[in-house]
Amino acid sequence: MALAIFVLVLLIGYELLHGSRLSLHQFGWRFLITRDWDVLNEKLGALTFIYGTLVTSAIALLIAVPISVGTAIYLTEVAPLRLRQPLVMFVELLAAIPSVVLGLWGLFVLVPFMRDHVDPSLEKLLGFLPLFKGPIYGIGFLSAGVILAIMIVPIITSVSREILRSVPGLQREAAYALGATRWEVTRIAVLSYAKKGLFGAVILGLGRALGETMAATMVIGNIPNISASLFAPGYTMASVLANEFTEAVSGLYLSALFEVGLALLGVTLVVNAFAQLLLKTFAGPTIKPQH
Amino acid sequence: MLETARQALLTPPESKAAGGPALAVRGLSVFFGRQAAVKNVSVDIATRAVTAIIGPSGCGKSTFLRALNRMHELNPEARMEGEIRLFGDDIYSRHVEAVAVRRRIGMVFQKSNPFPTMSIAENVTVGLRLNGIRNRKILAERAERTLRMAALWDEVKDRLHAPAISLSGGQQQRLCIARALAVQPEVLLMDEPASALDPLATSKIEDLIVQLKKDYTIVIVTHNMQQAARASDFTAFFYLGELVEFGPTAKIFTSPSQKQTEDYVTGRFG
Repeated sequence: MALAIFVLVLLIGYELLHGSRLSLHQFGWRFLITRDWDVLNEKLGALTFIYGTLVTSAIALLIAVPISVGTAIYLTEVAPLRLRQPLVMFVELLAAIPSVVLGLWGLFVLVPFMRDHVDPSLEKLLGFLPLFKGPIYGIGFLSAGVILAIMIVPIITSVSREILRSVPGLQREAAYALGATRWEVTRIAVLSYAKKGLFGAVILGLGRALGETMAATMVIGNIPNISASLFAPGYTMASVLANEFTEAVSGLYLSALFEVGLALLGVTLVVNAFAQLLLKTFAGPTIKPQH
Repeated sequence: MLETARQALLTPPESKAAGGPALAVRGLSVFFGRQAAVKNVSVDIATRAVTAIIGPSGCGKSTFLRALNRMHELNPEARMEGEIRLFGDDIYSRHVEAVAVRRRIGMVFQKSNPFPTMSIAENVTVGLRLNGIRNRKILAERAERTLRMAALWDEVKDRLHAPAISLSGGQQQRLCIARALAVQPEVLLMDEPASALDPLATSKIEDLIVQLKKDYTIVIVTHNMQQAARASDFTAFFYLGELVEFGPTAKIFTSPSQKQTEDYVTGRFG
């Protein structure tokens, strides 16, 4: 079974590599650091899409991680027992919303709201940072990041909740017996025990954010663009694939899109490997289950 | 209340013990839902002595122990009646927080439960750090003193910064005792502290209990009759939630006044 998954990944990688060989041959590795996406003159590069994917995913994580972990803590440590199950169902309901529906909501509700309220306030408060300067369209990196955050909150929350629930009651009792308050118990007994697993939950969410297509496509603007301003429109790797595959007429264009797909796979792998490395460095030894 | 408890951490427990019992329990009943697990128990726990609580499984001895530092409140179904005074202070008074009670009455559990992400030294000082003591010198001193008290210092002094879970089961349990002692509680509760250990580790824990009673008031729940006989000064026998008999350990084990006690300590049931 594990071998089958391994083979599947290899096959997908091979397919992408095969499909993109024209583009690989034409542009070489500079494809990854070229900003242009000029279809007519066949000057193509993936940098804007890589940038869009990374920036929107980073925004999504920044927003979603505190909310998700906080919710998971509330659901396992704080909420009254009777409330827990209904709340968990609610979170899982959020996960069940199709991304295209979320995208529509994003386009018709979130984007105007961002344009009229959130973005202007951010500009007023934090306008001294280049991140929050520039013309406001509503659509753009920030809105896409918010939509992605909404999409990954349920998965991070439910995985985090399972992880927190797996912390042995004895760990909590040890802290309580020292006269710790509920928050102190959560901090010293629960979170430190669970931090490795929580990190894993975040990585799962990140994987989802990197690959998410529909919702981001509907609110990001779909303009190949690198800009310090988060209000500016952009494009992600997954979006360009979804949008342009049907229009790709020339062999090179199609091949370049294949290479974007390859780059997406690569970015996902690199980000995951980097996360694993972080985990090894900072999270300390693996906790053996106590018996 | 929390503040005074935090202050108290810096004064040794000796100054607080002035005659009288450490814990005076009056008419204590504990319920889980409708079920009474402990029924109308009154007993005095002597200061700087070891009191053993024995009885068959399900007799309410663990529940009784947990009511002594309000740990039973972690179960939302639990409810108590009666009164418990710690050196005269009503620990169930409306003005007293459970957190403050547990700072004065420490607890060691059936299974060792060191914090796995912390080092040996950090495990010992975690209670102090919770109380805002940050001074490294004080923490290191207290760690050494407490580990010596728990008869663990010689075994760990060269690897204080190793993860606590690298210790053996018996060492982990002594580490948990050190962790409980580091905040200088007035009473130490032990819930079958040696039940998961091998005979050698068990005898080390028993020696330690006998050592500790010079400074501490200890209440220990045990399944092991020999352990109660060896390590304790007073013994309480519980059966079906009631305190059947309480007295000096020698008397309980040689000439109990109740038939049930005699049957239990001679191994005829339980």
